[in-house]
Amino acid sequence: MPAASQSRVPILLVAAGAALLCVGSYWGLAKAPGEVFMGDVQRIMYVHVPTAWNAMLALTFSFVCAISFLFTESWKWDNRLEAAMEMGVVLSLLLCTQGAIWAKPTWGVWWDWDPRLTTTAVMVFAFGGILALRAFVDDPMKRAVWSSVACIVAFADVPIVYFSVRWWNSLHQAQSTPETVSKAFHWPLRINAFGILFVWTGLVALRARVASLRLRSEIAPPLPQHAAADARAARSA
Amino acid sequence: MRDVLLALRKDLLLQWRGRAQLVAIFAFGAATLLLFSFAIGPDSLALRQHAAGFLWLGLLLASTLSLAESFERETEEQALEGLLLLPASARALYYGKAIANCAQLALLGVALVPVMVVLYDAGTTRLVSLAGVILLGTAGLSAPGTLYAAMTAQTRARQTLLPLLLFPLVVPVLLAAVKATSLLILGDPMGQLRPWASLLAAFAVVHWALGGLLFARVVED
Repeated sequence: MPAASQSRVPILLVAAGAALLCVGSYWGLAKAPGEVFMGDVQRIMYVHVPTAWNAMLALTFSFVCAISFLFTESWKWDNRLEAAMEMGVVLSLLLCTQGAIWAKPTWGVWWDWDPRLTTTAVMVFAFGGILALRAFVDDPMKRAVWSSVACIVAFADVPIVYFSVRWWNSLHQAQSTPETVSKAFHWPLRINAFGILFVWTGLVALRARVASLRLRSEIAPPLPQHAAADARAARSA
Repeated sequence: MRDVLLALRKDLLLQWRGRAQLVAIFAFGAATLLLFSFAIGPDSLALRQHAAGFLWLGLLLASTLSLAESFERETEEQALEGLLLLPASARALYYGKAIANCAQLALLGVALVPVMVVLYDAGTTRLVSLAGVILLGTAGLSAPGTLYAAMTAQTRARQTLLPLLLFPLVVPVLLAAVKATSLLILGDPMGQLRPWASLLAAFAVVHWALGGLLFARVVED
């Protein structure tokens, strides 16, 4: 297994993403005009919508990692799977929280059983359950294969969940994209989307490095120089 | 195909020999149906309206017991390793077990219907349609359930992990089965039964296919 990379790129990505988020949020909060009907409450869109795109992207990437692991059996895909799935769950949780903060003054309730909201909540539990499964399996190979299988099954389930909940009930407005919102809102939305993208890809790279270090300590035999040092320490004691 | 039938025969025989377990799981399901009525109160109209939801929740809770049990037997004395050494594909083992689990759950569902009728006054005359909905719904539960039980039976904390993995996944089954059963009990003036039954069937097809594709990777390593 290759040694964990010491590249600084992930840290630079996180820093660049954080800077972009500051610019985009300042633009969205202070410079962009307020929305006609919702007023300042609408400004949460500048983080909410980019979070939604990026949560989907992170979970899709974890699905790609799962398939790649099953085909290649390369540990790097397992490390990435763990990192991307954690990031997807965190972003989805953030998404639900931001949505609730927006919904209370707008719809009058914290939660509504609308398809996108419900699907996101189901996704949090489905992928969170896979993270729990990873925590309870000690054999690295079984952990990697099982979580890849579970990830594929859960990802394939997402469209069915969305479709069934949409039949069941509907209220959420149509998705916002730069095409559906006024031009004045474009730039902060785009800047924040790339800000969050850079932050999570950087964090995923760092987290995958941690996972690969843990994996090395799990499957590697004890290093001989440690044993020699221990023996010397024991003799001198 | 012959391998599937042989695996199915083995699993049905195991279930028959352990039929005391089946009776206990039925008692568990009936007890949950009794408990749900305490959450609502003695309002017979509300109970009747929610009867379908209670039936499927009871069945879902009971299913985690029977699905977990079906693989715990295989982990005893490394029976699963022995099965994998046989000249039969892991896929045949999966389909045999999934069909046996589906049969057991469908039987359990049919047995819980009279309990629901008595407790909630929620009867229907469309018994064939009801049996069809129960069969489709339990098929949707048992395909991912069998796949996940194969993993969780070999882990620590298996009692928690199986429901944790299975419940979010089967939300569409729960939704569609409750709706379809409700329509059968409360009447279906708009003819909405067919789309909900199709959703159940679509879910079952997707997950039976996925389970067959992925099961070999879960047990062979």
